[in-house]
Amino acid sequence: MNDEKKLLNVTIDGVELEVPAGTTILAAAERVGAVIPRYCYHPGLSAPAVCRMCLVEVEGAPKPLASCVQPVQDDMVVHTNTAQARKARRAAVEFLLMNHPLDCPICDAAGQCELQDYAFETGQLKTRYVEPKLVMGRDKVTPEIVYFADRCILCTRCVRFMDEIAKDPVLVVINRGQRGYIDTMTGELFENPFSINIVDVCPVGALVNEDFLFKARAWDLDQTASICPGCSQGCNVSLGTKEERIVRAKPRFNPEVNSYWMCDHGRKTVINWGAGARIEVPMARDGDELKPVDWPQALDALSEAIGNEPGRARAIVSAGASNESLFTLRRLMEELGSDGGVFRVPTGPEAELPGFPKLKLRRDRVPNAKGAELLGFQRSDAVFDSAQGHRGALFVLEDTLEGAPDGFGTNAELFVYIGTRLNPAARSADIVLPSTTFAEMAGTFTNFEGRVQRFEQALRGPGLARPWWLTGSALLERLGAGGRYRTAAEVFAALASEVSEYEGLNYEVLGLKGAGAPGSSAAATAG
Amino acid sequence: MAYPHAHPREVRLLSKYFGDEDAIGIEGWAERGGYVALEKALEMGPDEVTEVVKESGLRGRGGAGFPAGLKWSFMPKDGKRPNYLACNADESEPGTFKDREIMRWTPHQMIEGIIICSYAIRAQHAYIYIRGEMVDVVRVVNDAVVEAYRKGYLGENILGSGYDLELTVHLGAGAYIAGEETGLLSSLEGRRAEPKVKPPFPAQRGAFGMPTTVNNVETLAAVPHIVENGADWYRQWGTEKSPGTKLFSCCGHLQRPGNYEVSLDFNLKELVYDLCGGPPEGRQLRAVIPGGSSVPLMTVDEIDCDVSYEGIEAAGSLQGSGGLIAIDDSACLLRSIRKMVDFYAHESCGQCTNCREGTVWLANILRRIERGDGREEDLPLLLDVGANMAGRTICPLSDSAAVPVVSGIQKFEEEFVAHIKDGTCTAVR
Ligand SMILES: Cc1cc2nc3c(=O)[nH]c(=O)nc-3n(C[C@H](O)[C@H](O)[C@H](O)COP(=O)(O)O)c2cc1C
Ligand code: SF4
Ligand code: SF4
Ligand code: SF4
Ligand code: FES
Repeated sequence: MNDEKKLLNVTIDGVELEVPAGTTILAAAERVGAVIPRYCYHPGLSAPAVCRMCLVEVEGAPKPLASCVQPVQDDMVVHTNTAQARKARRAAVEFLLMNHPLDCPICDAAGQCELQDYAFETGQLKTRYVEPKLVMGRDKVTPEIVYFADRCILCTRCVRFMDEIAKDPVLVVINRGQRGYIDTMTGELFENPFSINIVDVCPVGALVNEDFLFKARAWDLDQTASICPGCSQGCNVSLGTKEERIVRAKPRFNPEVNSYWMCDHGRKTVINWGAGARIEVPMARDGDELKPVDWPQALDALSEAIGNEPGRARAIVSAGASNESLFTLRRLMEELGSDGGVFRVPTGPEAELPGFPKLKLRRDRVPNAKGAELLGFQRSDAVFDSAQGHRGALFVLEDTLEGAPDGFGTNAELFVYIGTRLNPAARSADIVLPSTTFAEMAGTFTNFEGRVQRFEQALRGPGLARPWWLTGSALLERLGAGGRYRTAAEVFAALASEVSEYEGLNYEVLGLKGAGAPGSSAAATAG
Repeated sequence: MAYPHAHPREVRLLSKYFGDEDAIGIEGWAERGGYVALEKALEMGPDEVTEVVKESGLRGRGGAGFPAGLKWSFMPKDGKRPNYLACNADESEPGTFKDREIMRWTPHQMIEGIIICSYAIRAQHAYIYIRGEMVDVVRVVNDAVVEAYRKGYLGENILGSGYDLELTVHLGAGAYIAGEETGLLSSLEGRRAEPKVKPPFPAQRGAFGMPTTVNNVETLAAVPHIVENGADWYRQWGTEKSPGTKLFSCCGHLQRPGNYEVSLDFNLKELVYDLCGGPPEGRQLRAVIPGGSSVPLMTVDEIDCDVSYEGIEAAGSLQGSGGLIAIDDSACLLRSIRKMVDFYAHESCGQCTNCREGTVWLANILRRIERGDGREEDLPLLLDVGANMAGRTICPLSDSAAVPVVSGIQKFEEEFVAHIKDGTCTAVR
């Protein structure tokens, strides 16, 4: 055991460093910025050393060694980029390209394909393989995932994900040698809530998500660091957007939350979040009608209504709203005298990822129930009951109002709807303010265990839609209830000074990996 | 009935009872001195047994020639985890058919070796991983194991020594690569027969993650003789570095193909021309492959060497498994080599890029040359592809596939060149 802690001396491409015993050459090289090309190696999976791409030259060793599995030995001298190492790499790429269809122009992975990258780098313009290519075809491994056998380089990352992480070993290599391909065993059902991770781990375009197929070229996508809103786990994701649309979500590594993985439900939730007709302009009631107005008019109307002292404020909020928006509403309610706010939580069956047990698709299918709770809102199974017959001010923040009873909100002196979609029940509001989704603004969610995580803005909101924390704080300024916030970071700073659980946290501390509980203040991890 | 072609110049230690039907059953085997070595071994300590085998210099007969006693000494002695023995009876190397004969005629010779080795390495469970296609041999081995249990040579408290051993016969499902030791262990565990990266070596992490020794049938069959008669006795044959006797399975263009057991200092040329009778009447040998298809071809000029590991190596090839293939002037060498490469392409487990793709590439080029579409640049290409396959993969199958091609071109270049130029084979007479 003590041996593990022992530090070993190693020289990589002329740079000397010390690494703990057991470190592989590949990992040690990364520490000095030498990225050794690899296909079968994936940091979240075991290393079978099959692709033979990561070979390096080690002084004194008779042949090149596979750096992904070769542990560093004391005083080892490694060269990652000598003629011998380059020749070995070029050979591996040449072998991989022998039967490769080279259909990059219609391949989903083009632009983010490791085969393309290294083929380019080790580059031979003309193939030396003049024999006929093997043609294998394609197949669906699940209703959502298509397998292009001709593009497969048999790195077995997908097989290992299912074996080691999903612990649902349904994928296998069928046949041997060059006739090998990936499939489920005959009669096995491939139904796994984490299945699409195999698309992410595939280093080439052999496994593709039907949902993304032919939708965009990888290089046309903008990437934004975000948080999955699909459940209270708060998986770190990267949103791929194109022309103001989310085309896909991919997991973003966070060892504390989701490692390299995320669930299929989350991916779909991200894509569908904010879909459908949106509220694009503020509206104010004029007799029986909601009339579009501009923001100054809307805020004027609202401050006037509040000036008329509508009575104490109640709220129904969404647990998908950001901490910043919820906090802004809380402040507004305090202005009027808060009568309490509630939120509801849609639930679904839990799904575990046994190979990384920290990650579960959680029962609570909202991202910020914990955040709402910490801000004093109450979880309720009957959110509409509290509004029923309420005569003061009623605020609805981003709850869809689906299932609201007839005449919802009509008793309230002032009914304000802040949200993204105008469901029938919201039409009886006095004032409607368009807000933005998590993808259209910066903010934070607090996950099931109290970890606060930031997401960045990936899209512009439609029309005049603005984040509620922004418009809400403009309103508060009008009411003379404090300064106006220009950034989500400022809102969070104010929030953190009021809510003890967030003490000491700010956007810088949160970074892009989040911080906070468990163990609280000490649990800060710089991202 | 005598075994075909037994030759007076052989030293018939392991093969003494080949052809003797009465030696197959346990009673007959006991009458021929069977299981005496086991009794002796059980009276010695396990390490003492290992020491004798070490001193005898017995080397692995599965192809790599690793010293058996040394391999045994790597096994942990602390008893913290179960130790295993796997007897490699997968014999699939083209041109090799010696283990089959040991098992067919003298199954108890192997089983006795297995029990003694298991005792020495402190294994409580041993496996015979046997090539499933050898249906008749499997039957013989199964019967022999049952007999050994009945006699108390297997099971609990063997011969009252307090030592327990279970022996399981496991059938392979038809893959050459299951003969590679880590591939064998994967297959034994119920997985695809895929070799694994070493280290960890089987003695650290073998079958089911436990320390395991893998030895070839012939290696284990030699053990009872050594334990019974001593290391010095065994060393009366062979050379300093290659003591003892070895079975050579000789096939191809020979007058008397078959298994021959010779002292390891025997002359290879004499083995071919005297024991095996040389090529058929009117034919001339052109190439000899001395150790199974995985070792370099030798020209007839090269074979005047002794059959020891070091003797054949110095002469430009390897002893390998002792599967000798003789090729005369009735066969097209290029086609013979292509068929070997086809075998490797078919048997590559396909994990490693270089092996999976390289084997097929080599075979395809050779096929094209055979068809008459060879190009001048094909020879340097074959050599370079071969070089890119060697020393880069998890197991040596990839190297093995390149070996006949590379050594063929090196030693018979004119024939390849002519083939390309003439568009057909002109060397066959
Ligand atoms: C591709 C390949 C196939 C092999 N096939 C066999 C085999 O069929 N039988 C065998 O005993 N050894 C075979 N070997 C050698 C084994 O890996 C291993 O070295 C041997 O079983 C060890 O036993 P020994 O030390 O007694 O020779 C093979 C090796 C390779 C690389
Ligand atoms: S499908 Fe992709 S991940 Fe799976 S083995 Fe093929 S290349 Fe690797
Ligand atoms: S587990 Fe939850 S947070 Fe993670 S991807 Fe799935 S739905 Fe999203
Ligand atoms: S060298 Fe060939 S047979 Fe050996 S492990 Fe690699 S692919 Fe399999
Ligand atoms: S990354 Fe090391 S062999 Fe594949």
